Amino acid sequence: MHPLTGFVEKTFVITEFELRKLRHDFTELVTRALQPALWLLIFGQVFSRSGAMHTGNIPYLDFIAPGILAQSVLFVAIFYGINVIWERDLGIVQKFLASPTPRAALVLGKGFSAGIRTLSQAVVVYGLSLLLGVKLNWSPLALLNVLVVVVLAATLFSTFSLIIACIVKTRERFMGVGQVLTMPLFFASNAIYPTAIMPGWLKIVSHLNPLTYVVDALRTFMLADSTSSFGLSRDYAVILATTAILVFIGARLYPRLAS
Amino acid sequence: MSPGLAGFLMSDIVLEIKTLTRRFGAFTAVDALTLSVNAGEVFGLLGSNGAGKTTTIKMLTTLLPPSSGEARVAGFSITNQAVEVRRAIGYVPQAISVDGSLTGYENLLIFAKLYDLPHSEQQARIREALEFMGLTVDGGRLVGEYSGGMVRRLEIAQSTLHRPRVLFLDEPTVGLDPIARDAVWKHLIDLRTNYGTTLFFTTHYLEEAQSYCDRIAIMHMGKLDALGTCKELEASLGGSGHTLNDVFVQYAGSALDSGGNFRDVGAERATAQRLG
Repeated sequence: MHPLTGFVEKTFVITEFELRKLRHDFTELVTRALQPALWLLIFGQVFSRSGAMHTGNIPYLDFIAPGILAQSVLFVAIFYGINVIWERDLGIVQKFLASPTPRAALVLGKGFSAGIRTLSQAVVVYGLSLLLGVKLNWSPLALLNVLVVVVLAATLFSTFSLIIACIVKTRERFMGVGQVLTMPLFFASNAIYPTAIMPGWLKIVSHLNPLTYVVDALRTFMLADSTSSFGLSRDYAVILATTAILVFIGARLYPRLAS
Repeated sequence: MSPGLAGFLMSDIVLEIKTLTRRFGAFTAVDALTLSVNAGEVFGLLGSNGAGKTTTIKMLTTLLPPSSGEARVAGFSITNQAVEVRRAIGYVPQAISVDGSLTGYENLLIFAKLYDLPHSEQQARIREALEFMGLTVDGGRLVGEYSGGMVRRLEIAQSTLHRPRVLFLDEPTVGLDPIARDAVWKHLIDLRTNYGTTLFFTTHYLEEAQSYCDRIAIMHMGKLDALGTCKELEASLGGSGHTLNDVFVQYAGSALDSGGNFRDVGAERATAQRLG
C-alpha cells in the first residue's frame, strides 16, 4: 500500500472510532452549549447596548457571533489532550503505538474527531444567532465553508492540546497549562473586538494568533454582509499550515506518552 | 503436527537480544541484557519491582529506544525496522488497553483495520477471535461492563487478531482472581498450540511461571541473573527440594525496597482495582 493512502486510511479509522465513542456520551454535548449561550446572551447583549465597540457597519452582536463560535471551538479543543493522558494512564496509547499505525495518523485522526465533535457548537451558535436577530448568510457554500473552518480550527487547537499533553503527561499539570493558555489566545484575537482598536503590541500578537484567522474566516462566511480583513485564502493558508506543523510536531512527541 | 510445535523443534530463534541497555540519566534500568527465545516458546521474565522487566518489554515492542545494544524480533531490528517489528508482534500492556466506551466487537474491528487485515477476512477473523477467547455472546456489549477476566481475554484477542509471531504480555494476570487467571492461561496456551505464537511475558506469580513456561529468565537490577527451565534453575541451587521460590529469592534477592517507583506501584494497583 502506498504510504500516503495508508496514512489517510488510518487517519479515518482513528476518527471513526473516536466518534463511535460519542454515541454513549451525550451529556457532554449539552453542557458544552452553555458557555456560548452565556457569552452571546449576556456579554453580547450588554456590550451591544453600550455601543462602546466600534465594529463598523455591522452591529456588535453580529460581530461577536462568529467570534463566540470560534471561542467555543477553542475552549472545547484546547482541553482535548486530557483524553490522551487518560488513555496513557490506562494502556491504550501504548497499544496503539505498538501497532504499525503511522504516528501522524494517530494524531490527525484524533484531531479530526475533535473537529467533528465541535460541530455541535456551530449548531448552538447558529440557533442563538437566529434568536438574537443576527443577519446570517444561508447560502449552502457559505455554510459548507463554516463547517470546514470549524472542523479545521478544532483540529488545529486539539492537536496543540495533544502536544501539551505529550509534554506535561499528567492531568494536574495539563489542566493548569490549559487554563493559562485559553484566555490569552482568546483575548489576543479579534473574537470580541476588532484588531483596529487594539494597542500596537497586542495587534502584533493577534496577527500571530491562528485564532484571529479562524475568526476572520468564520465572520466572512457566517454573516450576510461582512468582508474578510486578511483575505480568505490567507485565512485558509494560515489555518492549514499551522495544523500541518502541529500534526508534524505531535507525531514526533506522541511516542513520549509510552515511555 | 501444529506449526507451533514444528517451529519449536526446529528451534527457530524468533527473539534475539544482544547487550540491550537502557539508561535513564544515571540509572541503568536494563544492563547489557543478552538472551534469545525460540519460536513457539513460552518464555517468562521474572524479577522484583524495578528489575527492568517492563523497560525490556517496552524496548522489544519499539515503545522505547534502547541506549545501546540491539534486538531482533521475528528477524527485524527494533532500532532500524520498527514498523516491521510492529507488524510481527502483539502487545498486551499491564494496564487496561481496550476502550471501555466501545463494544468488544468495535475494539477488535479498529485493530483489524489498523493492521490491514484484508477487508473480506475481517469479520471472520473477529468472529474467530471472539469465539477463541470465549467472548462470542459478549461481543456486542460495551467493554465498560466486562469483568476483569473478560477484559484481559479481549485484550489478548485484540493483540493476536493479526496472528503475530510473538506476543508480549506485561503481567497478564495481575489483579485477576484464580479462576480468571486459569482461563486466561488456557487461552494463551491454546494460542501457542494452534498458531505457534511465541509468548514472552513478565509476571510476579511464580506458580504461573512454573506451570506454563518452557524457560524462565530472572532479572535483578537490570541484569539477567538466571536463565533456564524451571527444573534447571531449581537444580542450580545445589542439593534437592528447592522450589522456584527459593530460586527467586536467591537471584532476585529479598530486595524489598530496591525498586518500583510511586507511579509504577500506583498504576499496578489501579489496574488491579479496575480488573478486580
